[in-house]
Amino acid sequence: MKRYVIIGNGVAAAGCIEGIRAVDADGSITVISAEQYPVYCRPLISYYLEQKTDLQRMHYRGESFYAEHHADVLYGRSAVEIHADAKEIVLDNGDVYPYDELCCCTGSAPFVPPMQGLDTVENKFSFMTIDDTLALEKAVTPESRVLIIGAGLIGLKCAEGLHGRVKNITVCDLAPRVLSSILDDKCAAMMQKHLEANGISFLLGTSAKEFQGNKAVMQNGAAVDFDVLVLAVGVRANTAIIKAAGGAVERGVLVDDACRTSLEAVYAAGDCTQYHDISSDTIKVMALMPNAYMQGHTAGVNMAGGTALFDNAIPMNSIGFFGLHCHTAGSQPEGCEMYEESDETHIKRLFVKDGRLTGFMLIGKTHRTGIYTALIRNQTPLSTVNFERLKIEPQLAAMGSAYRGKVLKGAV
Amino acid sequence: MKRIYVKEEWCLGCHLCEYNCAFANSGMTDMVKALRGKTIYPRIQVETDENGITYAVSCRHCTDPVCVKSCIAGALSVQNGVIEIDHSKCVGCLTCVLVCPYGAVIEDGSGVAQKCELCMKNSCGTPACVKGCPNGAIVYEERQTVSAPD
Repeated sequence: MKRYVIIGNGVAAAGCIEGIRAVDADGSITVISAEQYPVYCRPLISYYLEQKTDLQRMHYRGESFYAEHHADVLYGRSAVEIHADAKEIVLDNGDVYPYDELCCCTGSAPFVPPMQGLDTVENKFSFMTIDDTLALEKAVTPESRVLIIGAGLIGLKCAEGLHGRVKNITVCDLAPRVLSSILDDKCAAMMQKHLEANGISFLLGTSAKEFQGNKAVMQNGAAVDFDVLVLAVGVRANTAIIKAAGGAVERGVLVDDACRTSLEAVYAAGDCTQYHDISSDTIKVMALMPNAYMQGHTAGVNMAGGTALFDNAIPMNSIGFFGLHCHTAGSQPEGCEMYEESDETHIKRLFVKDGRLTGFMLIGKTHRTGIYTALIRNQTPLSTVNFERLKIEPQLAAMGSAYRGKVLKGAV
Repeated sequence: MKRIYVKEEWCLGCHLCEYNCAFANSGMTDMVKALRGKTIYPRIQVETDENGITYAVSCRHCTDPVCVKSCIAGALSVQNGVIEIDHSKCVGCLTCVLVCPYGAVIEDGSGVAQKCELCMKNSCGTPACVKGCPNGAIVYEERQTVSAPD
């Protein structure tokens, strides 16, 4: 009987449990959970603040998930060392757990750059976990002035979540535009305008240089008075435990399409990893929840002796603010061509290189965009589809009758 | 398991399936009251190809569903082969719309996701699109699983 150990208890870990059990009903599964909660949906913390969900509904799986999968969870414990040769891990309380197959799902942690005087700020929060969120919720009042450092996905979802519960919200970012990791200038400008119309203020191209209690002095000289500070500059993959064990690590733990690390019998999945993006043919950190699940599941199947590959990973994001939705996927490689369509209420940018769709940015109209995503994932030659019709709207009708026949006339 | 399949050669392109779907999922008993003057958001959609051939597209209830794997709220799940959505858990992030290769998960008009659940959760009890198709172009039956298209 195999002994499986999973470090971490997020969505990648849940995928790993389900992947293992798809193959092996008998092996023991031990999950090391630093947080005190069963697996929950981390991106839902902003929806919690918005009161669109609650702690109960934020559970990723049902109450009997671990019991049904015969998995034991050690809550409030962290793994501090992996002894890959001896195939055992050491916990923070000194306990040693032997394993036959290990999966590292350690996730990521907020990155806080050194900022002078940050220790003088009393009410400062990260926005990654339920505990962060509950602490932030406790600290805000309808009179709070909130300053958020970072106009990325986390910072802006936090702003949306707090909107209506505080007096005002200012978001600053060193980047000259919002959502700089997923949107280009024109798309970002559209989203920023919409956020501003909903009462969010921005200071872009500058960040806090120094804090003096409840005052931030920006690099451009501006000063912002605030009551609550949220640090959402970015996240870093938690790679230390693999690195210390001698595993290959760059910005994340390097994994192949089977989610294997360079260490024997050690797999990794989720935000801690760095892996192949087929849309740009580069190896990068793509800290995305869908990919975390798919990596975890892939790792689990392989750990249990099955065969699985996650070999069509791409970056993708579905994110909306105050009713304006945005879908992005893939990449914009150098030398790509762009097809654009836009008006006051929407924008569509499709990127094509070497006869294949490599990426898109869509704001305002997101109907059936998965058809575009599939073109990127499958690296479909555009010569085999009616791309002129696809540009106008995603539709199976433009994919050719053979493809349609397969999809609509048989089970897939 | 039984799934919905279409027969292109029989489809008239009348869009009745879309109306029957919207009505079946409206929770109302009077079709006129349910639909008159309203924008409908059916879970089945009629497409027309460049040769004028029409057919309806709805959830394929994939054997390896990427929407379920991608749902950030744990709201999508497979129940006895049927891909269901727990509306109490969906927060409307629309990641499922972004990943469904068939464009079969759609926004419901209020900001959250919806999809065909084979009318198992509404009062119709059997797929309304199939029952109401005047030319038998939509069927509900067992067929062999084929591998996902390249």
